[in-house]
Amino acid sequence: MTLTVRNLGFSYGQRRILDAIDATFEAGKLTVILGPNGAGKSTLLACLAGLLKPDAGTASLHDADITRMAPTARARQIGLLPQGAETHWAIPSMALVALGRIPHMRGAGTSTDDRRAISAAMSATATEGFAYRPVTQLSGGERARVLLARVLAGEPSWILADEPLANLDPGFQLDILNLLRRQVEAGKGVVAVLHDLAYAVRFADHLLLLHEGRLFAQGSVENVITPANLAHVYGIDANLFKDEEGAVQLCIKGKVRS
Amino acid sequence: MNVRGLTSLLLLLTVAAFLLSLMAGKVWIWPNSWAADNADGWIFLELRLPRAVLGLCIGAVLGLSGAVMQGYLRNPLADPTVLGVSASAAFGGVVAIYLGLNLLPFGLFACAMLSAGFSILLLLVISRGGGPVGFILGGMVLSTLAGALTAFVISIAPNPFAANEIINWLMGALTDRLMADVGTALPFMALGVALLLSTGRALDALTLGENGAKSLGINLFRLQWIIVLGVGLAVGASVAVSGVVGFVGLIVPHLIRAIYGEQPSQILLPSALGGAILTLTADSLLRLVPGPGEVRLGIAMAVLGAPFFLLLLLRYRKGAA
Repeated sequence: MTLTVRNLGFSYGQRRILDAIDATFEAGKLTVILGPNGAGKSTLLACLAGLLKPDAGTASLHDADITRMAPTARARQIGLLPQGAETHWAIPSMALVALGRIPHMRGAGTSTDDRRAISAAMSATATEGFAYRPVTQLSGGERARVLLARVLAGEPSWILADEPLANLDPGFQLDILNLLRRQVEAGKGVVAVLHDLAYAVRFADHLLLLHEGRLFAQGSVENVITPANLAHVYGIDANLFKDEEGAVQLCIKGKVRS
Repeated sequence: MNVRGLTSLLLLLTVAAFLLSLMAGKVWIWPNSWAADNADGWIFLELRLPRAVLGLCIGAVLGLSGAVMQGYLRNPLADPTVLGVSASAAFGGVVAIYLGLNLLPFGLFACAMLSAGFSILLLLVISRGGGPVGFILGGMVLSTLAGALTAFVISIAPNPFAANEIINWLMGALTDRLMADVGTALPFMALGVALLLSTGRALDALTLGENGAKSLGINLFRLQWIIVLGVGLAVGASVAVSGVVGFVGLIVPHLIRAIYGEQPSQILLPSALGGAILTLTADSLLRLVPGPGEVRLGIAMAVLGAPFFLLLLLRYRKGAA
């Protein structure tokens, strides 16, 4: 069960955003896409989600070209948590979570399957407590959990999350990461775009490091987060070390002197 | 009260407003003389019935189109006129009156509808792949252009009477429409309404933004077509028979949201009913105002609607602060 991109390229007009990306994403693993602003992380995720059509190469799900899949069939397999936590109307949390069932719905109303999935998603994210409160009245941490519950409610095999930790305090960031981790342990494939290197080091099974639209490095944490790579891509002086408990941590010392 | 109960109540109110519209006027016509073979019976069949049916349909079309436009653009200030279809249909109607085509059977209707259809096609081309922003800008361009052309036609009217006739028609009214006109408009409105009612789920998905909706398998391109066609046919046909009646599409979805909550799919049908109730009631009340002439519905709606909308805005601001 894999998501694969082969020789993937994407351009906005004349500007090349992604070029010759080759990567395989596996189920049961948390893959983190890293890279500085403008490296093409969100574009890569959008190609995987079928929102953008690559102009070179392919993105495929178990050998099926994602851009050629029927949108509803694709949506049942691949859930996307978009950037920016958009919620445009003051609808109750539970109604928002129910939107995740849209790819499964036929005709009007909700089925027993729909209701079961919605309540399972809300209990997994501990959001039942404010099921009837309008999403616009929730705190940032609560809303982030409700939006994740919306993705879980669709019961996709793949969860793509675009900067799911943005604008959250550390406690809430860990809530979201732990929830994603639990999905991975349940056998789902999770691909997340993150900005925070320290979290990537702690939580990722597999890393992709993008630099100016190209895949600069990929592999395990130790193979990707090297002082040389970080200096080249981010221009920072940083290295990994083992803390007293033996866990791998990242230490950022400063900008690279040039 | 649950949603089903609320909707039943709205349905009852719609029926009541329809019956009121059949009876109310300078001459009250009670049900026992509806089929009578006298002046009352004639007034009922030739004047009241078409007028009530028209009020019902136009109100429903405007309320529903407003709810769909606000949901699609995720902007509570949007209304059906945003697309420029109303202005284009009005321009077609004005040209018909200028050329005297309104004296032919269906002449005015056909002209207005053709102009509306042309604007729909233009809008689809202009806003192709542009998303909501291209859509709004395209609509604004069309609206402005049609408004300018309409003013031009009025300015070259051969005599004050012709200019007066055009301006009077533009103001929007349900008076003196023949059942045949109403009958011609109905299929267009019905098709438009059916298209618009089918957008509920896609509008709900847009609560999550465009990427969220797309990731749920919603085809936004198709949604845009359905909305342009639906609003174009339904609103184009309403303007073609009754001129421009404003504010219904703007106000009604707000009132309905206050009762039903903000989920876009939940307010579609109620907004249609609410639009019908508002239009029928306002038109009936206008007929009851003593005096020689009658205030045009379009004017009355704007005069009543503007302060009401201001109040709404103030309340929103208080809520946001």
